[in-house]
Amino acid sequence: MTAYIQFLIDVLSLGGAYALMALGLVIVYGILRLVNFAYGELIMVTGYTMFLLGGSALPWIVMAAIGVFMAILAGIATDYVAFRPVRAKSVTAVLITSFAFSTLLQNAALLFISPRPRNVPLPDIFSETVHFAGIVTPARNLITIATAVILLAVFAWVMKRTVLGIAMRAAATHFTMARMLGVPANLIISTAFAISGFLAGIVSLFWIGRIGSVVPGIGLEPLLVAFIATVIGGMRSLQGAVLGGFLLAFIDTGLNYSLPQDLLKFRDAFTFSLVILILLWRPAGLMKGPASGQRT
Amino acid sequence: MLDVAALELRYGAIRAVRDVSLTVGEGELVALLGANGAGKSSTLRAIAGAHKPASGTIRLNGEDVTNQSPERMVRKGVAMVPETRDVFPDLTIAENLRLGAFTRRSDEAGVEEDMGKMFRLFPILSERAEQAAGTLSGGEQQMLVIARALMSRPRLLLLDEPSLGLAPTIVGRIFDMIAELKGSGLTMLLVEQNAAKALAVADRAYVMRSGEIAAEGTAADIAAASDLKTLYLGD
Repeated sequence: MTAYIQFLIDVLSLGGAYALMALGLVIVYGILRLVNFAYGELIMVTGYTMFLLGGSALPWIVMAAIGVFMAILAGIATDYVAFRPVRAKSVTAVLITSFAFSTLLQNAALLFISPRPRNVPLPDIFSETVHFAGIVTPARNLITIATAVILLAVFAWVMKRTVLGIAMRAAATHFTMARMLGVPANLIISTAFAISGFLAGIVSLFWIGRIGSVVPGIGLEPLLVAFIATVIGGMRSLQGAVLGGFLLAFIDTGLNYSLPQDLLKFRDAFTFSLVILILLWRPAGLMKGPASGQRT
Repeated sequence: MLDVAALELRYGAIRAVRDVSLTVGEGELVALLGANGAGKSSTLRAIAGAHKPASGTIRLNGEDVTNQSPERMVRKGVAMVPETRDVFPDLTIAENLRLGAFTRRSDEAGVEEDMGKMFRLFPILSERAEQAAGTLSGGEQQMLVIARALMSRPRLLLLDEPSLGLAPTIVGRIFDMIAELKGSGLTMLLVEQNAAKALAVADRAYVMRSGEIAAEGTAADIAAASDLKTLYLGD
């Protein structure tokens, strides 16, 4: 029994982080039909902001808030630098510019900070463990789960109950029609990038919280995870992204628990094989996105 | 109110609309008739700001709005009822309507009041307010799209083939609706293939043929013109 609860906590905490990351990627994809390849760098931005603030006397929570805020700014900057100038002209161009922006941010970190890992301040609670009912788990895992639950609930509420949320869902279905109802294209896209940055910033706190340090290439794995989760989930469905995130975490954690020690280093190969099987079974992902799929 | 002059629209190398000039006065209902592919819908989309003209000018109450974005046009009081009945299928009917009032979203009381008004006008929408719009029939979707456009309290309503693909009884109800809106003083530009129905409610009409205005006049004149078929199809 305790083993199951332990497993459940591991799946939910990893899945919560994966789901938030996938959501941040799919919210932009849903509207623009373009993958933001500079998404992983938003995680890096929060990490380095925390590192730079590390020496100050600010309480951790303030540093974290500034870190997330910087990720939001970086998200909006992605729109202005990589997407907006070429958006209407060519899809391929945006693919390249988002890669270029990603590389630019990474190289800036290499050049101005260091290629070596830099320590990031962590709150004391992150290194504590919790004991209950025979289970030992890092407090960080429980905080991740709570944060994910709260953020997913808030996100669902915003998308369902606010006019801006409704407009974002509408824009994901039929962008031009939404504009003909007075929904400003730039506002919607910038909001999507800001939400994307916010989610990446929050995830970054937990992602880096596990490792304790930040390197310029830290964004690659989260980007890959988010991308795979959204592909499994259905690419255009917000619920699908969340589902995909939890499913991917379930696969990863399940393999961690079940693979023999000497096979564990090949875990990703097993994960990707399972992902391929899922996609062979449901090529369009688990959840269907909004009905019309026009590129905007 | 609306003044389109020498409008030219292109799709790549194809000139879909050439030298189209038309006016719509305050409170008028003007019909834009023509066969399939004559350029009616393109003209309407250009007025709504969704298609950038290659040349020509579009003026609204004297102001040049030729290259405005669609969202700007809504703020200027122009609402579009698109041909393809673009409801947002995953959004509920109430959400579709609320989105129609996006430009005046800060006026919550006014929006609520207008939602109530639309529900009285189209009782079927009220019964299904919390249902996904994709579950509505074609006629109901058309009513929703018209109601959604009215939610922005437009001064000029652009209607793109509201009768397309609907059963005759539904078409009758849609046109009753249009007549009622005209009675309330709303200015409208109506694109239609169903010339008889359109001319019955319109004040004036233009006939388009292969991207150009082939005839214009009062609805009665155009209806009386014996060569309507010629106008539509050419010689």
